[in-house]
Amino acid sequence: MSTLPLSRRHLLGAGTFGIGALAMPAWARGGAINDSAIRAGFDEVSGTSIDLTVGEGMRTVQGRRGRGIAVNGSVPGPLLRLKEGTSVRLNVRNTLDHDSSVHWHGLLVPFYLDGVPGVSFPGISPGETFTAEFPVRQAGTYWWHSHSALQEQAGHYGPIVVDPAGPDPVEADRDYVLLLSEFTPLDPHTIMKKLKKGEGYFNYQQTSWTDDYPLDAGQRLMWGRMRMMATDILDVTGSTYTYLANGHGPEEGLEFAFSPGERVRLRVINGSAMSFFNVRIPGAVMHVVAADGQNVRPVPVEEFQIGTAETYDIVVEPVGEAMTIVAEAMDRSGMAVATLARRPGARAAIPPLREPPLLTVADMGMNHGSGAGDMEGMDHAAMGHDMPAMTTAPEPMGGMDMGGMSMRDTSLLPPTVKVGPGIDMVAMNPVDRMGDPGIGLDRVGHRVLTYNDLVSLVRNDDPRTPSRMLEIHLTGNMERYMWSFDGKKYSAVSDDPIRFAYDERVRVKLVNDTMMAHPIHLHGHFFELVNGAPEGFQPQKHTVIVQPGGFVQFDLTADEPGDWAFHCHLLYHMHSGMFQVVSVAEPGGVG
Amino acid sequence: MRTSIFSAFLLGATATPVLAQGHSAHGNQQTSAETGKDDLQDEESRAGEDTAEAASAPAVRSDQADHHAMDHGSMAHGAMEPGTVEDTASGDGAMDHSAMNHAAVDHTAMGHSVSERESALIPILPPPPEAGFGPPVAADAIWGAEAMHDSRGALARENGRMMTAGLFVDRLEYRSREGEDGYLWDASGWYGGDLDRIWLKSEGEGRASGDLEHAFVTVLYGRAVSPWFDARVGLRRDLTGPTRTYIDAGIQGLAPYLFELEADLYLSTNGDLTARAEVELDQSITQRLILQPRAEIALAVQDVPELGIGAGIDTVETGLRLRYEIARELAPYVGVAQEWKLGGSADFARAAGEEASATNVVVGIRFWF
Repeated sequence: MSTLPLSRRHLLGAGTFGIGALAMPAWARGGAINDSAIRAGFDEVSGTSIDLTVGEGMRTVQGRRGRGIAVNGSVPGPLLRLKEGTSVRLNVRNTLDHDSSVHWHGLLVPFYLDGVPGVSFPGISPGETFTAEFPVRQAGTYWWHSHSALQEQAGHYGPIVVDPAGPDPVEADRDYVLLLSEFTPLDPHTIMKKLKKGEGYFNYQQTSWTDDYPLDAGQRLMWGRMRMMATDILDVTGSTYTYLANGHGPEEGLEFAFSPGERVRLRVINGSAMSFFNVRIPGAVMHVVAADGQNVRPVPVEEFQIGTAETYDIVVEPVGEAMTIVAEAMDRSGMAVATLARRPGARAAIPPLREPPLLTVADMGMNHGSGAGDMEGMDHAAMGHDMPAMTTAPEPMGGMDMGGMSMRDTSLLPPTVKVGPGIDMVAMNPVDRMGDPGIGLDRVGHRVLTYNDLVSLVRNDDPRTPSRMLEIHLTGNMERYMWSFDGKKYSAVSDDPIRFAYDERVRVKLVNDTMMAHPIHLHGHFFELVNGAPEGFQPQKHTVIVQPGGFVQFDLTADEPGDWAFHCHLLYHMHSGMFQVVSVAEPGGVG
Repeated sequence: MRTSIFSAFLLGATATPVLAQGHSAHGNQQTSAETGKDDLQDEESRAGEDTAEAASAPAVRSDQADHHAMDHGSMAHGAMEPGTVEDTASGDGAMDHSAMNHAAVDHTAMGHSVSERESALIPILPPPPEAGFGPPVAADAIWGAEAMHDSRGALARENGRMMTAGLFVDRLEYRSREGEDGYLWDASGWYGGDLDRIWLKSEGEGRASGDLEHAFVTVLYGRAVSPWFDARVGLRRDLTGPTRTYIDAGIQGLAPYLFELEADLYLSTNGDLTARAEVELDQSITQRLILQPRAEIALAVQDVPELGIGAGIDTVETGLRLRYEIARELAPYVGVAQEWKLGGSADFARAAGEEASATNVVVGIRFWF
């Protein structure tokens, strides 16, 4: 029995120990932290009343400087450590000179405390303190972030860990938070403008005369004909981002201590604004034990892709002197790095960035044939045909005659979708891609997590078959950088929410008519992924990645009355219009 | 004894192999989740058949957990017996399946068919009347409609109604040629949203001595008419020669194969009809070194002697520019441009003592912000 019984209490990121009541730092005494340096890494705050102060300052990451927004003086802001079954009062003080907000991402709270200005509440004015007091109804790993303008990109986010009221089904000797994010010296609005003006602005991995991409001339021509880029994996990339682990750049050496034989629980949170990460620990098997805060039957994997705003808890048993935790951006333009270290300073090799992936025919929504055809396609994908980075693509692209195909056959869209210049593509034959490990991970040669691996640990409480289906299309135009649901930006539908009756059980089908993966987040609820899990054990999530050209389905019980945000969690997609309000009627009433 | 990775009451569920979970989705093991003990036995017997090395799951220590891990390990590493993939074994043979890098590929097919089958029974319907109607207002009841008003407006503005302004100087160059050297600019700017924009355009050429040869400025309203094209209409005013104003109607956008197109039809206040079209194509040699061929053609329906324009093809210009993007917004370039006056225009030029064609070696800068 080599347990460290208290180690969970010493939950730490970046070697900063939890502080209950340390000497009061400057930010807590009041006043903005203007022009003072923002610390990297976070403290821990807990108790029944927690003060959070939003302020501005300068950040420096590996020698690069930029203005940032910090909460309690650090980026990420403090870890909120809560306890299921208790009540918590969160006092958010805004010392910025513009409005701010905090959204408790994944926590089930009354809608008016959910922290989305314009949907949940008016926002927190400069100088004002907003208090959110609510019962903590759940356990697990979550996070918080600003929902005002583009503040999240500037550093306004932090982790949440809720300890269960009873025993934790996951046993671990150490319990760490790994919050992945990104730093840029650019102002977030500058990034937004560059995206609007220059398609591919941040992408320095485009196809060129001198690239090494395994594309033949015909394939290159086909992409050109479609006016799309096979390398359009992430909009904002390592060309401006430094990827962060708990606020630290890869050269800054974030360490998590372990002793031989210990089991380490890592709560991986993707708190980035725009990045999908591929997470692995070379040499280790990671047991995925929770997704979006909800326990799942453990799945052993060697890599998993985590979309923006998702969380996964994993358990590993590190061996040797050190093991490297690698979180590679999905386009492989950079990585966040941390080390599981047996003693301070111990390091393992950091694997080089892998070759950037390419989008495929499947990402265009061009899977052919019926159900049987899909399966056939998967066999092809696995059998080593000459296509690189192929996911569920049925045929090598070179062999396809696409002459007669329209990439934008709008007759395939339901009448709920508004057709216009905001839609540059319609998935011709979208398929369920929840068995897909994510862009670039289909041929890595080891076991990668997919949504179909997730099975809820406990039986879900609503066994009803959904009474209706709601189909929502994710739409966009890469060239104009427009993003929307059903062809309508939020600015066009702000008075026309997605409506649910109270306690209604609905199957929602999200069809992705774009060539980018979108992490779609619904506030205030968990939904069950329709992933073929045993009856009653569909996994519950608050955010779901919809792969390009594919669809996902989830079952939602709309039992949290009020108005809720529903949006793509890629910050600049949301800001471009991929946002909606979901309105859940009051019990028994007409809203 | 704390030997398993998860507490004992969970072990049954833990031990359910992913493959079995997939099967149960087909109704073969409907109760696998509750009867963890049975699964565990099933698991153990299966583990006995497997040949996977325990080393494939170094993080797991207990015997029971080892079984669980071995099973997964075998799936990941391809030691699976053909019989264990009976559900998906098709003509391609089970070995191909087991050679896949992850068993999840099988699941995709299973989950897919299951969800599709179930979904077929779920009707696509609008929300029931109990879902209510009208705009979202739940927060008004808590904070008051007045308090919510501003933030609600800001939310709509921020999520989709963003206005942008841009200034693009595509060409600003010195042109070296036989006779007198010259200079050229080609710039445009816009302000507006995603679909509606006000454009300002200007192009001009001059001599090194400072004289303007040709120059005009255009104000246009542009509206997106397709994902890639804007239709534009407005007014053009010449800055050289006889004062002249035109109605300008045109299109601008990105054609298949990534050609940048711009075409305009001009009707002057004197009733003259002329047209111009230009096409450019960016060819990336490296991520920053870009070769840009471009071509431009000017046409006229009738002679316009006072402007030196002859009916038919007026001028043709082709160019090849090699630029280096120091940043996306800032790229110096070198290149060559060849221009020809044709037909009547050539005659007008010669009559004025000018050459009908010219070769320019150009050096310039492209920038935008």
